[in-house]
Amino acid sequence: MIGDIMTSLWAILPVIVLALWACVLLLVDLWLPKDQQGSQQGESNSPITPLLAALGMLTSAAIVIARIGQPTMGFGGMMMADGFSHFICLLLLASGLVTIGLSHDYMKRLGIARGEYYVLLMFSLSGMMLMSMSADLIMVFLSLELLSIPLYVMAGIATPRPSSEEAALKYFLLGAFASGFLVYGIGLVFGATGSTSLQQIVAVVQSGNYNLALILGGAALIITGLGFKVAIVPFHMWTPDAYQGAPSAVTAFMSVGAKTAGFAALLRVFVLAFPAFSADITPVLWGLAALTMVLGNFAAIAQRNIKRLLAYSSIAHAGYIMMALVPYGQDGLSADSVASALFYLVAYAFTNFAAWAVVIALEQAGEKGLELQDYAGLGRKHPALAAVMAVAMLSFTGVPPTLGFVGKFYLFRTVLEGGHVGLALIGVLTSLVSAFYYLRVIVVMYMQEGEPEARREPWLQAMAYGSAIGVVALSIFSAPLLFLASQAVLKLF
Amino acid sequence: MLPIEYYTGLSVILFTLGALGVLIRRNALIIFMSIELMLNSANLAFVSFARSYEGMSGQIFVFFVIAVAAAEVAVGLALIVAIFHTKRNIDVDQINSMKG
Repeated sequence: MIGDIMTSLWAILPVIVLALWACVLLLVDLWLPKDQQGSQQGESNSPITPLLAALGMLTSAAIVIARIGQPTMGFGGMMMADGFSHFICLLLLASGLVTIGLSHDYMKRLGIARGEYYVLLMFSLSGMMLMSMSADLIMVFLSLELLSIPLYVMAGIATPRPSSEEAALKYFLLGAFASGFLVYGIGLVFGATGSTSLQQIVAVVQSGNYNLALILGGAALIITGLGFKVAIVPFHMWTPDAYQGAPSAVTAFMSVGAKTAGFAALLRVFVLAFPAFSADITPVLWGLAALTMVLGNFAAIAQRNIKRLLAYSSIAHAGYIMMALVPYGQDGLSADSVASALFYLVAYAFTNFAAWAVVIALEQAGEKGLELQDYAGLGRKHPALAAVMAVAMLSFTGVPPTLGFVGKFYLFRTVLEGGHVGLALIGVLTSLVSAFYYLRVIVVMYMQEGEPEARREPWLQAMAYGSAIGVVALSIFSAPLLFLASQAVLKLF
Repeated sequence: MLPIEYYTGLSVILFTLGALGVLIRRNALIIFMSIELMLNSANLAFVSFARSYEGMSGQIFVFFVIAVAAAEVAVGLALIVAIFHTKRNIDVDQINSMKG
């Protein structure tokens, strides 16, 4: 009995470390000296809190790395620490570290530096990591809430700025709405099979003793619930407002972390539990992926605000990742499907952080410097930042030699192997459409005259250059990364 | 004992009412109440299925959902109060400073 508990705790040790570290940090932050001028708002300019938060994430990452190759299962099969979750956890922890680098000076500059911010970041991160390990629908729900609730607060952390509060309220109301769908979907699957454990659902499905209508309804509601989180059309309405209103560093984290965790849950639940129903579910996923790519890309064309443009671009990219999920149930393809989705998530994370780092560098107090026109002349005045933005835009479009190109290549190959030529065609055509608005950013930066002001903050610059170099370098040496992704395939114990 | 269809039927009705409430009502508090209704309809489905399978796991899930709903209330009401402080209004149609 004690042995069981120890193995279970051992399986989720990286998350336990992160969550406990966050609790302790919350107390430590109280005793750190506060800046007198900003103290009525609880502002803290001390660099110790972000450093300690980063240290916690590094510790957690070290544990994950030490575990690679040793899959463990805990809590009677509710949690699985396998290759898949290790891959996702490392990606999430790296995103968390980059977010700290992006946030530190930015939050100070906007006068919203608060110690709790980093604690919330760590709580949200532990929810995301739990989500990648969940092998039980109850855990999927609980970790979804653990990742979302801190994110709601983070989106509104710039209060009393109205746009930040508005972003938080919209994100909160639609996020809670989505979790209602998710819970009801889990309820229906439970009603159909008598269990919420993915292993037992598969066993019941094989025995044939289940209610088909209930399980399909449940799967549809689960897609809806998780679709809100990863911003798939038609569940994307909150995305532009929430991304625009939230502080840019939070948006960067939200767009990478929540999407990664949401897709991790979608992949695990559908590939493990519902492969038998792929004939019914695949057409739905096909339609959602196509709709998301088309609507996300076309809506982005009309945008003049860079944060809104990146929000629609993130919707479009959710559609591309969704494409990988379409052939999930075909024999021999589920491994490719998971690997290409994981690879694209990495590509998306690097590219997105590069783009958001530049946005943060150019943002001025009072939400200035966020229009496309404010980027005019960046190529002459700040050539390095303009180069980072250009790399990010080319990678989003899918031009070699960038990670975005390699990611799209693997995605389209998986989709074509699954025989969905039409979907691949839509993907390629919408990529062409996306070139229009991504390249427009580059044109504005290099060919128009202007006097943009950018911040020179060491950590921010390090993150910008690091992500951009990663986008290019990893695309040239993409084989090891793809090997890691294909090692992270999903299997039941 | 009533057959299980009665309970699940009621939970479907409650869920639909909740979802419609979110889509139709414009007051942030009422939208929030409708979301709670959706969660509670799921709870009803869970306990009734748990009864028909004669297991405890569904009933335990209900406790998780209640706990999470309480956590959501804490954050949600704080957000609504903060919005009310700045805007003196919690009508979601009036909260539309961002366009595009």
